[in-house]
Amino acid sequence: MALLEVRDLKTHFLTDDGIVKAVDGVSFSIEKGKTLGIVGESGCGKSVTCLSIMGLNPRKMSTTTGEALFKGENLINASSKRLREIRGNDIAMIFQDPMTSLNPVHKIGDQLAEAILLHRDVTKRQARARAAELLKAVQIPRAERRLDDYPHQFSGGMRQRVMIAMALVNDPDLLIADEPTTALDVTTQAQILNLMNKLQEEFGSAIIMITHDLGVVAEVADDIVVMYAAKIVEQAPVDDLFKRPHHPYTWGLLGSLPRLDTDVDRLVQIPGSPPSLLNPPVGCRFNPRCAYVFDRCKSELPELEPVPGIADHFQACFLDEQTKERENEKLQAGSLAGGTA
Amino acid sequence: MSDELLVVENLKKHFPVTRGIIFQKQVASVKALDGVSFTVNRGETLGVVGESGCGKSTMARCIMRLLDPTDGTVTFDGRDITRISQAEMRPVRREMMMIFQDPYASLNPRKRVGFIIGEALEVNKMGSGAEIKRRVQELLDIVGLNPEHYNRFPHEFSGGQRQRIGVARALAVNPKLIVCDEPVSALDVSVQAQILNLLKDLQNEFNLTYVFIAHDLNVVRHISDRVMVMYLGTVAEVAGRDQLYSAPKHPYTGALLSAVPVPDPELGRRRKRIVLEGDVPSPINPPSACRFHPRCPRFHEGVCDTVDPPVREFGDDHAATCHYPLESWPLTEAQMRRAEEPVAN
Amino acid sequence: MIRYLIRRLLWAGVLFIAVTIVTYVIFFIIPADPARLAVGQRAPPESVARARHFLGLDKPVPVQYALFLKRLVIDRSLGRSFTNRQDVNTVVLNAAPITASVVLGGVILWMAIALPIGILSALRPRSLLDRSSMVFVLIGISAPVVWIGLILQYSIGYKLGWTPNAGYCNLLNGQGGCGGPIDWAYHLILPWTTFAILFAAIYVRMIRANVMDTMNEDYVRTARAKGAPEAQVMRSHVLRNALLPVVTMLGMDIGIALGGAIFTETIFGLPGLGKLAVQSLESFDLPMIEGVVVFSTLCIIIFNLIVDVLYAVIDPRIRLS
Repeated sequence: MALLEVRDLKTHFLTDDGIVKAVDGVSFSIEKGKTLGIVGESGCGKSVTCLSIMGLNPRKMSTTTGEALFKGENLINASSKRLREIRGNDIAMIFQDPMTSLNPVHKIGDQLAEAILLHRDVTKRQARARAAELLKAVQIPRAERRLDDYPHQFSGGMRQRVMIAMALVNDPDLLIADEPTTALDVTTQAQILNLMNKLQEEFGSAIIMITHDLGVVAEVADDIVVMYAAKIVEQAPVDDLFKRPHHPYTWGLLGSLPRLDTDVDRLVQIPGSPPSLLNPPVGCRFNPRCAYVFDRCKSELPELEPVPGIADHFQACFLDEQTKERENEKLQAGSLAGGTA
Repeated sequence: MSDELLVVENLKKHFPVTRGIIFQKQVASVKALDGVSFTVNRGETLGVVGESGCGKSTMARCIMRLLDPTDGTVTFDGRDITRISQAEMRPVRREMMMIFQDPYASLNPRKRVGFIIGEALEVNKMGSGAEIKRRVQELLDIVGLNPEHYNRFPHEFSGGQRQRIGVARALAVNPKLIVCDEPVSALDVSVQAQILNLLKDLQNEFNLTYVFIAHDLNVVRHISDRVMVMYLGTVAEVAGRDQLYSAPKHPYTGALLSAVPVPDPELGRRRKRIVLEGDVPSPINPPSACRFHPRCPRFHEGVCDTVDPPVREFGDDHAATCHYPLESWPLTEAQMRRAEEPVAN
Repeated sequence: MIRYLIRRLLWAGVLFIAVTIVTYVIFFIIPADPARLAVGQRAPPESVARARHFLGLDKPVPVQYALFLKRLVIDRSLGRSFTNRQDVNTVVLNAAPITASVVLGGVILWMAIALPIGILSALRPRSLLDRSSMVFVLIGISAPVVWIGLILQYSIGYKLGWTPNAGYCNLLNGQGGCGGPIDWAYHLILPWTTFAILFAAIYVRMIRANVMDTMNEDYVRTARAKGAPEAQVMRSHVLRNALLPVVTMLGMDIGIALGGAIFTETIFGLPGLGKLAVQSLESFDLPMIEGVVVFSTLCIIIFNLIVDVLYAVIDPRIRLS
């Protein structure tokens, strides 16, 4: 049984301008100990998906439907009490900006201890000892002394380590990391990704890594889900996604990346910008920007279909298989035309 | 007319840190830039890479005299502009323009787009009202926006479009040099590609010279002819693009290259990563001699921390400031540690 | 930290001198003659001249100021009133506790109103509670203190007769027929309410805004993600941070108010510093004016310093920089 199975998750926000369908029918699953990458650009719904799973969206302004079966138990619309038991305990989450994610007026040791004391019946001293243990595990030097420091006395990279420590302190089965390295320097990012890898081996947690960086996700993920405009457009094991992408958006994403190892004169550019989620386009949501669009795309919404002959690879596009293979070859060779300027 | 459009020599910028009860006394300084030298030739793009605290933004501002350098010289188009007055700088400003990082903060939200783009033209009295308007509409078209949107406000545009407005603004006065300070860092990947393509097209069409500052090595590689790597206010390495990426000489460059994630899982698995220890140190108290020595896998005690590293040349236009430059590339971390004796210059 | 405090103390000294100088300057620019006021309108010129000499008004202004300063620092005395030769120290120190009663009672009242309303409004934006509290805020800020005081005095004090209209009773040693804590509080209910309404309104708005902002902070989201119950999130993360600026504002407002709640005291006939200030201005009693000024300035300075220290104590970012 999968550790977490999400089925047809939808989250709608009530705003002054109308209903924003931030997540509109998302389904995926993740196994114990594996890493799932959720990729997409800003506004595609990747963060909201995970906040919905954790029940962290503001209750008054949002409605969530669908299922998120964590070890068989549905988290969507579960009781607050049950969700609080799970958060920080079975499922932990770390966020993007380490500078603002820690309370500036409490000591690091106290914030770590808070995470422990919420879920374990131990004394304060025991909680503090465990906190020190975790700080050592995330390679913060002089861990014992650092427990009494405040967040502003740590650098960005160190704060992210503290966040990771805080998330792992109760041995969660699943760690959700929302753009954990986006705000960090490249060398610090390498340290953090390295650390997360090591800790995953040590603690055995599954990881959902949300990011817009295809390089990061290529490094850490076993499976990848590509989101666009609140829906999943493609999902596949990592090697498959990069070698045989089957959706024009994925081609656009991959082709628009400048690479260290290839040389193109012009990057593939996807014209326009992501659509508003108040009034998404009719039919396939990518159709206004797609270079391969035809009539069917503008009226019918493509569903996720399995790719013939490849296991675990799904895509939502009406293009025929031959065109896809041909375009993919162009992409791999670096000669994809993509959209016009 | 020489080929060199911009020559920077030993540029320093120190920000004083003061303390005192009644009279503020300088007790330390933030050495944001501590001796940076490079040249930029006409028509080329110099990419500048580095992480936080390396001084690249400070350098950009010093070149443009938005900050006054503490020491060193900046020579633009043959003229020393380091210490000339702001009044004398005014005509020079027409020739060097800047594109900023944050498309949401760098456009005045209360001004219409037409005004934003045309302001420099007006200030420099480059045409009548009607001529300026025509030029602005021309520019909107050049950067891929609708000239009819002349009267709109910035908030009516998306991030990518706002950045295009920033580009149009920089282009308005036909500058010789455009300094791009992280112009695509705040944009989504698909929009990033649009702006990079635009910048390249414009460079070809108008024979522009760019100083392109970024922290993303992939982006820098795509757009630059030559690349300079900065670390904590100094230049670690400068080389032609292909040279830098295929045969870096400075250990920091090596570490940077190896830290960049590649969107190719197989390559990622095969690659040997070099993971540096520690964080980037503070520019208030930079390490002695070689700035990189506390984190360097090739650190040699007694040398790297006491003697300033020499600038070594490696053939055509490739220089690295290091006692123990890399012999080859790629190297694993273990291989990096096994440094040989310093290469004779 | 110590360095910072020393610097603040030195600046406080400078500020003090500046304020007293300004008061002197203003006094001597106003075209009025305290000597004449002291001896009466119909006194002969010789009496006026004698009075002037007696009061020291014939000396040059800077000399007068220097003498004032010397007397203040060395004798710790503020001199004697021009109008009735009373010792200014005594008069001011008699008036101060009355003002203090009004202010401190008012503070407790306004915080008791503002905290719960502000916090609840922030937690339930756009609810009925929130909207009505915003109406209250609007009224409280717009209505002049004088108007509020008079309305309350008329309606509750006079028409309904629920509380006394005016006058002050000592907290401890009763005199003139009233005394003791109950009388004291009874007489102060209306003044407290008058004084508190404006501040309550300001603070409700500020607390609401701060709490709403803090609820959106990333670290609050982190706390929820750890599984903390909402009460703990509010107590330990939201309020702790949201109320930090309120503490400092409170300190400053108390300091300023202690200088004299002029309107309230005048309407309700409370012989505090405010009333004293008005009286001494009317009679051009320079030493008394200076006395009130010195006392208020001292209060403001002291409270500002307390606030600065407090801020450093409760915000580790300042303490440890």
